[in-house]
Amino acid sequence: MFTLIAPMATEAAEEKSILLPAPYDIVWSSVVFFLLLAFFFFYALPRVRKVLDERSALIEGGIEKAEQAQAEAAVALDKYTQQLAEARAEAARIREQAREDGKKIIAEFREQAQAEAARISATAQAQIEAERQAAVTSLRAEVGSLAIDLASGVVGETLSDDARATALVDRFLADLEASEKAGK
Amino acid sequence: MENELLNAVLPLLPRAEDGGGFHAPTLDEFFPPAILFEGTPFEINRIIMVRLIAVALLILLLWIGTRRMRVVPGRGQSVVELLFGFVRTNIGEEILGRKDGRRFLPLLTTIFFLVLVTNITGVIPLLNIAGSSIIGLPLVLALVAYVTFIYAGIKDRGGAFFKTALFPPGVPKPLYLLLTPIELLSTFILRPISLMLRLLMNMVVGHLLLVLCFAATDFFLFNASVDGGLRLFSVGTFAFGIFFTLFEILVAVLQAYIFTLLTAVYIQLAVAEEH
Repeated sequence: MFTLIAPMATEAAEEKSILLPAPYDIVWSSVVFFLLLAFFFFYALPRVRKVLDERSALIEGGIEKAEQAQAEAAVALDKYTQQLAEARAEAARIREQAREDGKKIIAEFREQAQAEAARISATAQAQIEAERQAAVTSLRAEVGSLAIDLASGVVGETLSDDARATALVDRFLADLEASEKAGK
Repeated sequence: MENELLNAVLPLLPRAEDGGGFHAPTLDEFFPPAILFEGTPFEINRIIMVRLIAVALLILLLWIGTRRMRVVPGRGQSVVELLFGFVRTNIGEEILGRKDGRRFLPLLTTIFFLVLVTNITGVIPLLNIAGSSIIGLPLVLALVAYVTFIYAGIKDRGGAFFKTALFPPGVPKPLYLLLTPIELLSTFILRPISLMLRLLMNMVVGHLLLVLCFAATDFFLFNASVDGGLRLFSVGTFAFGIFFTLFEILVAVLQAYIFTLLTAVYIQLAVAEEH
């Protein structure tokens, strides 16, 4: 019976077992192992780690940058909103002012127009009054002479005495006025 | 050359018959003649040559792959990072955690890549034999794993490492009579041996299977003694050859993963406070 470890051949010439390492096999296995270990330890793994660290740093930096940009954007938005609100308030204020100004101007114009109208009507009144006075005066003179002429004609004598005639006429007119006032 | 081991792993393997047309693969496959430095500790035969070529190619590829690494990776760099990341994340950090994973990462990475490339040469045309199919490499790697987990245990926990390893807490005292020899055997003797044999035997058997399939194909197709109808067997044996080639690729990756994973697990068990 052969065991695994024991040399397995009955042919005694050269005893070989796949479980018994040859010295050169151990040597070359160790060589490749330590070569590869050194390669990974000193070269490959530090490089891989470096690039991974760089990448995570970049990603972190990117996230940070994005957050910063977002914060800045939020601040800017706040500012713009505030400015917008201010502008709106300003516009409202200006509009209000304009409305008030308009009202004031309209009121002023109305006042002016009323004053003008009053002035015009006062002038017209005065003019009318003056004209009426003139008409009354001239009428008085006219009516006086006419009445005297008529009376002269009726009475047949000349009322040459001016003083009496004038007094007569005045009395008549005063009566007329009085009756007129009473008639009103 | 016939032996019990070969018959055990390959019961269907035809015996070599002197004078017959078909030469079954034997374990002589793993004792090729020396090419260089015969008789010295630096003797190089075909398998050692394959091993050296595989490692040289690996270093060359990874050197190119990591020479100019960019923060934004290209295609090649992504593949390299995927491989490194697999060992770092799926083995190192998952088993050992962040801190110890980083501490033992060079070792784990070395074991993974070394086993992977020396395994995969078994299916690469012209090389056609796993660089890990002779015992030296599995032995050295198992020894490295063994030394490492004991070193890690002593460094992190001192004598408590041996105490918890040999006298698991929470067991009635008399049971230690039974338990301690078992623990001693399983932790300090069977672990490295199982690591070594698992890898070695997978590669040995895989190689023999492939040789068997393709030798049979060759035999059925070209040997003069084969009749016309029997030549059709070559189709079947060739199909098996292709199947086992794919299977060997899987085994190559799987064994590299298992070897590295178990090394990490052993380290983790050694540095863990409680089992």
